[in-house]
Amino acid sequence: MKHVLESVESQFEMFQILNEDGKIVNEKDVPDLSDEQLKELMRRMVYTRVLDQRSIALNRQGRLGFYAPTAGQEASQLGSQFALEQEDFLLPGYRDVPQLIWQGLPLYQAFLFSRGHFHGNQMPEGVHAVSPQIIIGAQYVQAAGVALGMKKRGKKNVAVTYTGDGGTSQGDFYEGINFAGAYKAPAIFFVQNNRFAISVPVEKQTNAKTLAQKAVAAGIEGIQVDGMDVLAVYAVTKHARERAVNGEGPMLIETMTYRYGPHTMAGDDPTRYRTEDLDNEWEKKDPLVRFRKYLEAKNLWSEEEENKVIEEAKEEIKQAIKQADQYPKQKVTDLMANMYEELPYNLQEQMEEYKEKESK
Amino acid sequence: MAQMTMIQAITDALRTELKNDENVLVFGEDVGQNGGVFRATDGLQAEFGEERVFDTPLAESGIGGLAIGLGLQGFRPVPEIQFFGFVYEVMDSISGQMARMRYRSGGVHHSPITVRAPFGGGVHTPELHADSLEGLIAQQPGIKVVIPSTPHDAKGLLISSIRDNDPVVFLEHMKLYRSFRGEVPEGEYTIELGKADVKREGTDVTLIAYGAMVHASLKAAEELAENGVNAEVIDLRTVSPLDIETIIESVKKTNRAVVVQEAQRQAGIAANVVAEIQERAILHLEAPVLRVAAPDTVYAFSEAEEVWLPNHKDIVEKVNSVMNF
Repeated sequence: MKHVLESVESQFEMFQILNEDGKIVNEKDVPDLSDEQLKELMRRMVYTRVLDQRSIALNRQGRLGFYAPTAGQEASQLGSQFALEQEDFLLPGYRDVPQLIWQGLPLYQAFLFSRGHFHGNQMPEGVHAVSPQIIIGAQYVQAAGVALGMKKRGKKNVAVTYTGDGGTSQGDFYEGINFAGAYKAPAIFFVQNNRFAISVPVEKQTNAKTLAQKAVAAGIEGIQVDGMDVLAVYAVTKHARERAVNGEGPMLIETMTYRYGPHTMAGDDPTRYRTEDLDNEWEKKDPLVRFRKYLEAKNLWSEEEENKVIEEAKEEIKQAIKQADQYPKQKVTDLMANMYEELPYNLQEQMEEYKEKESK
Repeated sequence: MAQMTMIQAITDALRTELKNDENVLVFGEDVGQNGGVFRATDGLQAEFGEERVFDTPLAESGIGGLAIGLGLQGFRPVPEIQFFGFVYEVMDSISGQMARMRYRSGGVHHSPITVRAPFGGGVHTPELHADSLEGLIAQQPGIKVVIPSTPHDAKGLLISSIRDNDPVVFLEHMKLYRSFRGEVPEGEYTIELGKADVKREGTDVTLIAYGAMVHASLKAAEELAENGVNAEVIDLRTVSPLDIETIIESVKKTNRAVVVQEAQRQAGIAANVVAEIQERAILHLEAPVLRVAAPDTVYAFSEAEEVWLPNHKDIVEKVNSVMNF
């Protein structure tokens, strides 16, 4: 009788390229990115941090609706998205709006999504994605389907989906990775382990030492990566993508990260379940700080450059909010029109009723 | 014209659409090599290959999610849920996800999925296999619920369901699978979804039913005819959306109606039909619209199911009450 848990778990080590001081600790895995690409990654992280700060402020002013803060998770979100191709298909969770934006969703639509306007969910031509999933884990089983579809179509693309640490407790999490594994479908499953499912710490979520090891049960590859290290997240995603399009099957990627803010802006108070010490510990790992140090040492980044990005972001956000404000209000009749391709009798009758109401 | 059982007609419909449209995919637990536990997909994998007709791992939610994802890649998925009693495992995929796809994406995406499943009672299954849960799905806007009662209708309705660009839950009554044969045209034909069929014309009372209860209603109508009551029998065929026109037209003619369902009485399709009739035709009614339904318990264990299930005698009794009101 042989027990293997300990030996299996011990093999899941966190993959890292850039340490907290912005120093390369893993020379051989440094991704092949041009200076321009490195700067673009930094630009996107800075921009997204500003977007988060502005979104929180707008939410407090009552000018946004549902908002799940993203600060702290930039490397995890943007390092992974940066490794994707335009034709890849995204199935994000509710915190993963930044990936959609950098995949091409206009900012004003992201704001409309937050406000609960369906136009925020209308992916523009060329953005292959569904809008953020609310049911935890549902995107995982759908990703298996998109990936199988890509395989059947002979596409050299991947389905990419995101959930959090809490999501790994859902049945759909396992069904999704297991289905994709059984069909060797080109899917990449991200678990952004920010340590808390709203308030429940990951230690209470599972007895598994890592979430990446859950891949083993499905017979697929899994890896844990430093989710505050944008180069590591990028490199791992690139690798997973290559494997997947080469027919080597799906991969589960656990990014070790942290959200600085509350779960959402709808009344969550992290001081009820997190200590200041833990917050401080994670802020030292900040993805922007370490990447900035790395780029500054290479003479690729400066304070002026960063300020320029910040100002640009603020201006674009201002314009996007204006554009969102000017967009026609959503109507109940819009809703009715999108229930079926052709309206059944009950909706036809109700449509007339609501057209009348909305014309007043 | 061929004489077929309903299960043969269903296989025929699947074959027709697999041939017609390369985007049609048929999958589920045991549907490949084994041809499905009821043999609905018998021979289809051999004919169309594993790419088109395939087994899935044993997980209903996964099957639902797989269908949604394949739909997003332009396929026309026809997943099978092995028994509709297992639908609770896939409720989020069906009611939470497929039904909302068109709306939540503002029309960018849709879910052209036909979820097939055996349902209904009277065949002595273990528990949680035989429930009539169509009301559960019919409550969900964004989905159509189709229930054939004859081999002919099964083929035409299934072809229409597969071609529909919205999700359809297509429920096949287990007792009807092999209980009789009927004429089924060769090749392709469609029956419009949302259209009821008058299975028997009559003048005195309208019986509104679907699935196996259509046959119980026809049997009741025969018995009633012997006593001089001429019943019209409407087979809804699609229980969501309803064919309100056919129902109301008939009630205006007969002035009396009984709605028959195999499901429990509470909060079902029949309740909705009754509500629509009284809202639209109350002044035409000579008597209250009554319901024949199973009692409001969970589905009976098989030893009790013969009594638990509504039958033609229950229908005759209710018709007599509306006739003598």
